[in-house]
Amino acid sequence: MTRFLLRRLLWFAITLWVVVTVSFFLMRAVRGGPFDGERALHESIERNIQARYHLDWHPFKQYLHYVGPLNLDQHGPRFLGGDGTRPFGGVLAGDFGPSFKYRDFTVNDIIAQSLPISVGLGVIAMMWALTLGLSVGMASALRRGTRADVAFRLLATTGIAVPNFVIAGCLVILFVFLVPLLPVAGYGSWRHLVLPGFALGGPFAAYIARLTRTGMLEVLSQDYIRTARAKGLPARLVLLRHALKGGVLPVVSYLGPATAGILTGSLVIERIFAIPGTGSHFVNSALNRDYTLAMGVTILYTVLVYALNALVDFAYTLLDPRIELGES
Amino acid sequence: MAKEGWDLGRRDYERLLSESLVHKGESLWRDAARRLRRNRAAWWSFLFLCAFGLTALLAPLFPLPSPVTLDLSIEPQPPVPPWVELGTHGFQPDYWELSGVDEALVSARRAVFGTWQTGPWLGTDGKGRDLLSRIVWGSRTSILVALAAAVCSLLIGVTYGALSGYLGGRVDNLMMRVVDILYSIPFIFVVIFLITIVNEYRTELEDRFGIDREVVFFVVIGAIYWLTMARVVRGQVLALRNTEFIEAARVLGASTARVLFVHLVPNVLSVVIVYLTLTIPAVMLFEAFLTFLGLGIEPPKVSWGLLAVDGSEMINPVRIYWWLVLFPSLAMASTLLALNVLGDGLRDALDPKLRGKD
Repeated sequence: MTRFLLRRLLWFAITLWVVVTVSFFLMRAVRGGPFDGERALHESIERNIQARYHLDWHPFKQYLHYVGPLNLDQHGPRFLGGDGTRPFGGVLAGDFGPSFKYRDFTVNDIIAQSLPISVGLGVIAMMWALTLGLSVGMASALRRGTRADVAFRLLATTGIAVPNFVIAGCLVILFVFLVPLLPVAGYGSWRHLVLPGFALGGPFAAYIARLTRTGMLEVLSQDYIRTARAKGLPARLVLLRHALKGGVLPVVSYLGPATAGILTGSLVIERIFAIPGTGSHFVNSALNRDYTLAMGVTILYTVLVYALNALVDFAYTLLDPRIELGES
Repeated sequence: MAKEGWDLGRRDYERLLSESLVHKGESLWRDAARRLRRNRAAWWSFLFLCAFGLTALLAPLFPLPSPVTLDLSIEPQPPVPPWVELGTHGFQPDYWELSGVDEALVSARRAVFGTWQTGPWLGTDGKGRDLLSRIVWGSRTSILVALAAAVCSLLIGVTYGALSGYLGGRVDNLMMRVVDILYSIPFIFVVIFLITIVNEYRTELEDRFGIDREVVFFVVIGAIYWLTMARVVRGQVLALRNTEFIEAARVLGASTARVLFVHLVPNVLSVVIVYLTLTIPAVMLFEAFLTFLGLGIEPPKVSWGLLAVDGSEMINPVRIYWWLVLFPSLAMASTLLALNVLGDGLRDALDPKLRGKD
């Protein structure tokens, strides 16, 4: 168990290091920066800007400063900061540096502002995906071969095939313009997140429904279900207590990729619905050449996806005692 | 048989021969094709995709209006069904830079139809361009992207997976570990990051190497989607590696490359094809996704992603231009649906466990 976790952590550290290093040097290698404008700046101003963002340092020193954990600012490494400079900094200390575009903000400020919104959206999307997917999948498995089953399966296949921004467009026309129930875009209350959450979670609901159907069908045909029914347990109990646990196993292992997908999908959905989440900041930063912000979000999301995947694997072992951690 | 008993003479041999001639052996592919045809949904999807591919290929030949002719004086026109207005004269041949074959097709079209063009059967968009024409021309871009990226992923994934499975041992372990690492990175972020960086060098790349942004785009997409392919192929190769025919090939002195590409790869082809049909819709979605974010195909070219963007930009509470959202979505959804259904059907058809059964 501990060995498994340690090994996982080691690989994670290597992954993260590769991502950070490669993207850092790519970023520095790019000609032209976020400060190039139409107008040529005065030499002294440019020097000032360069000094402010440490662009005048040797790239390797910049890299060390960016990665941390020591803060190389001003007077070299220092272990006690008395004059307001902090001894630690860089990614290892959870500090992504100043934003190149929003001059008065650090990347951490922007993430702190926007991440709760994105997480809220993601959670709502996941809730939509799970409730819809599980219930439709189970209903489909129990009524196998009926017209409802066929309809559900067609719906699920369509849901997987349709891009989420198309779902979003249809939803807006339906629930905002034709039947004015919900606000069209923006952010403020939970009502603003209902439609985006659904559009984001829709394709995943479809996939989960499919997995649930297959899993349940397989479990329902097994002997222990027949035993449970034969000893007179009510159908509901058999379903919820015996079948469900085995039937949702494929869904659990899909949750890891699903979270990654939802994070990715939020880039588009946040843009459509004008939600000021991390995803829309990331897209803007990429278009604005705000490299530090783009990198910060990339690193953050890599960590998030990795952590959630590990969590899902862990949950899997709790549900299915036959699986042991450690054997890959 | 039992009545007469065996004498193992000439008569028996003849009988065995005639029996074996009746039960003709079936190749995997013929068997698969037969079973695919029996799966109605998959077969119709296949026919639909063929028709669709042909339409896309021959798009310049049809009497459609040009997909880029602007008419800024009018607002989006709702669809006019063909039985109300079949067509008009007034075709203007403006396109972006076309290839030689397309040029020839366009001139063939002008010879046949002259300036006649179809009416706005699916309506026009915010800049007065014909929607039907844009959907058909957009399908070409989408198909091209999907195919190019799929081929990229095919080349990398099959080679990588086959090599890893064949070499085995420590090399295999390391190679698969790399795949695991890549799996755990949320790729979209890295891709967006890469594309913005490539954008900085756009003019230079185009002038010096003749590489335009789309090529980079294909390669980048292909470079992501090979992971699953590599895993699947590796699993298959691992199972085949110790079979007799591979051993025989090696005993005869075949090189590693020969064993890989002549003996192993043809045997995993069925799995590869199934994953390919499932990769193509994913890639098409990804193209639409990136174009939606402003990082993919750029005007004046059209792709379905671009049409979806145009459509969703026209969503407003004052007037609903439903056709701008509905038709591109419909085109995209039906194609992706057909590809998915075909992929599932192929998987069933090529599944060796189901061979010979119906």
